Amino acid sequence: MQLKWWKILCIIFMFLTFTAGFLIPVPIIGNLHQSIRNFFFHVPMWFGQMGLLTLSLAYSIAYLRTQNLKYDIYASEFAKTGIIFGILGLATGSIWAKYTWGEFWSNDPKQIAAAIAVLIYLAYIVLRGSMTDFDKRARVSSVYNIFAYFIYIPLIMILPRLVQSLHPGGMEGAKGGGNPALGGDSLDATMRLIFWPAVFGWLLLGIWISSLKIRLSLLVNKNLIHE
Amino acid sequence: MSKIITLLKKDFLLELRQQHTFFGILLYVASTIFVLYLAMGQPESTVYNGLFWMIQLFVCVNAVAKSFMQESHGRMLYFYSIVSPIQFIISKIIYSTVIMLLMVLLSLVLFRILLGNPVMNELQFIGIACLGGLSLSLVFTLMSAIAAKANQNAAIMAILGFPLIIPQLLLLIRLSKSAYGEVFREGAILQISLLLTGLDLLVIVLSIVLFPFLWRD
Repeated sequence: MQLKWWKILCIIFMFLTFTAGFLIPVPIIGNLHQSIRNFFFHVPMWFGQMGLLTLSLAYSIAYLRTQNLKYDIYASEFAKTGIIFGILGLATGSIWAKYTWGEFWSNDPKQIAAAIAVLIYLAYIVLRGSMTDFDKRARVSSVYNIFAYFIYIPLIMILPRLVQSLHPGGMEGAKGGGNPALGGDSLDATMRLIFWPAVFGWLLLGIWISSLKIRLSLLVNKNLIHE
Repeated sequence: MSKIITLLKKDFLLELRQQHTFFGILLYVASTIFVLYLAMGQPESTVYNGLFWMIQLFVCVNAVAKSFMQESHGRMLYFYSIVSPIQFIISKIIYSTVIMLLMVLLSLVLFRILLGNPVMNELQFIGIACLGGLSLSLVFTLMSAIAAKANQNAAIMAILGFPLIIPQLLLLIRLSKSAYGEVFREGAILQISLLLTGLDLLVIVLSIVLFPFLWRD
């Protein structure tokens, strides 16, 4: 087993997230109190999900260009890990919401958009399951994956900015709009120092998980793939 | 271009010759709205709005689904040899949009007759309804093409299409509240309409780019 540099980086970042993330002093903002530490877990989930789904899109395009089944396996495994990150993001978000907004689920536009995003990609898995022919499955699901991604981006990036939201950065947010994920200056310098490593740490962890599943899937389908 | 017109002519001719499909869907709409009328009389605007868009969604699934599913495997092979995929998808998009717009207008009339009329700004609501019909039919045309490949499975179309259409549907429901007299932030109506039009254009471009990969077997 080889330990590549990015895997070492991932371990360091995750270690940093789980130690310093719980230990550093944090600014007390509103009713967030210590729960602001969820910033190191909840928000990176969405960065991770976006990153993994973008990789999935890239491999779907690569499949359509080359017709190499290998890329289809890459795309599907990245999408599956993306779904897991989405579900984890919803879960961490709901727990956070319970202690700051009072409810696990309060029909916030971003909660709805995130739930729909998970549904869209679950439909991708269902679509894959509905076909038995490998080439057809790869082609049709790549087309759906590309289409879904371009619907998903406006859903998650534009819609929440148009409506009122409990999340920071909604239409009537603190500064009258902005990035839906990051509430402007709510992070202080030390938090930022942990936050960005946490984002890349979780993303790398997602890629690591997917790469293990891809290796397994490539071995299972060994006789289908010709180099 | 002439090939697109020929394909369209063929689709509409088929529609005229086999009127049972068109009237079947029309009957489906009419009986659904009639049952709604019996169930709740004349609802207030929020319920009316929600019901209107839900009915449009189900009409669209039924009306647009057949645009690809009615083509047999052999006939697709024939099209494959005489037209390019881009011409084919454009003709299908136009066909399903026209059918859907007809359905939207007819169901508007039926809603008006049976469920009353809480709409304050008639013209605006008709415009929004047409925009909505367009959005729905565009997304479901490509979904129908995908579902036709997935073993002609009609259920798969609903599974694929419903999550994808939710963003547009939410925008449409929000936008049509303006026609019921809800006051919007200045510029918001234009913003949402432009966003919907942008999404429609995006869907058209994606359909044209992606369909050539779908159709060869």
